[in-house]
Amino acid sequence: MSTTETYSHIQEIITKQFADKVFNFQETYGMLSFEAPKELNLEVLGFLTNHPELGFAFMTDLCAVHFPDKKGAELQVVYHMHNLEKNVRIRFKVSTAIEDPTVASAAILYPTANWMERETYDFFGVIFTGHPNLKRILNVDEMTYFPLRKEFPLEDQTRIDKDDEMFGRGGNLLTQSLQN
Amino acid sequence: MRPVRFNVHPKQADIKDNIALVEMPDGTTGEGYFATSFESVVGLARKNSMWPLPFATSCCGIEFMATMASHYDLARFGSERVGFSPRQCDLLMVMGTIAKKMAPVLRQVYLQMAEPRWVIAVGACASSGGIFDTYSVLQGIDQVIPVDVYVPGCPPRPEAIIDGVLRIQDLIHAEGLRRRNSDHYKALLGTYGIQ
Repeated sequence: MSTTETYSHIQEIITKQFADKVFNFQETYGMLSFEAPKELNLEVLGFLTNHPELGFAFMTDLCAVHFPDKKGAELQVVYHMHNLEKNVRIRFKVSTAIEDPTVASAAILYPTANWMERETYDFFGVIFTGHPNLKRILNVDEMTYFPLRKEFPLEDQTRIDKDDEMFGRGGNLLTQSLQN
Repeated sequence: MRPVRFNVHPKQADIKDNIALVEMPDGTTGEGYFATSFESVVGLARKNSMWPLPFATSCCGIEFMATMASHYDLARFGSERVGFSPRQCDLLMVMGTIAKKMAPVLRQVYLQMAEPRWVIAVGACASSGGIFDTYSVLQGIDQVIPVDVYVPGCPPRPEAIIDGVLRIQDLIHAEGLRRRNSDHYKALLGTYGIQ
């Protein structure tokens, strides 16, 4: 069976189970991806894992993406699933509003999700409800923000010894301090 | 011997008048005795038998390995014994990017060293954060511990690291015996929250 046929078959099985609750089936960069409402994430993941024909029992990655312009769906959590027997991969996404960034934790289904959810919380502030130990994993515990959200510039904002003019973004530390 | 470009002008070993000795400090000398100040003797001894503690986290550490090995041979300058225990070392050599999460570890290593202790920041990252102007990287180790000598470069060549060590030697040589007990020094450590 060719990849396209495999993917259309997978799509068929999933839509049969969830009907119009799953949407946005796409085949980007040769991998099938689809979305579902965040309330259904564990149900869909469980179905992908336990269905005898699908068998996506291995979670290779879990991460988040921040889309500041998508109102009401700013944060998107992406699950990468892998069928080890047939070597087929699939992406599954759920979106949530940034004001209420709660998504049910998949750590019960896959132990590997434990640390990856902690990392996603660390960088994007997605709160995984039901996670056994949701705290920062890579950044310092004292950090007060989520650095990979788009509103935070890359540079360390606490630095005062840098002259912006030298970095081609206007402003001069000396003149600024004189004005203040 | 087949001549290759390395041995077309073979050099004879010349050790006559060619052995480096430290210069004698100022003092009074006579038949069978030499008198000088205790301070200068201690400075001389410390300077020429430094134990460095490498704290290497990235590419500057690789340059240090070259510095330490036979080609550049840091041992020529009395730093024969590179120690890996902060309790016994005199010179903390911080080489590489220090992430903010590693800052408390670095500070702990510094605190475990006994006085007198010196610190050298090797490379752009240890000195200023370098190219890593980002949320996760400490913008220079002097934010958490006092630094004596900064070696610029990204990474610096072994010659530059050796030069930094020699500048440390100059500091050690010139340092007064009571400096570490002075109020000025205590105030300096106080700015880092170190008692």
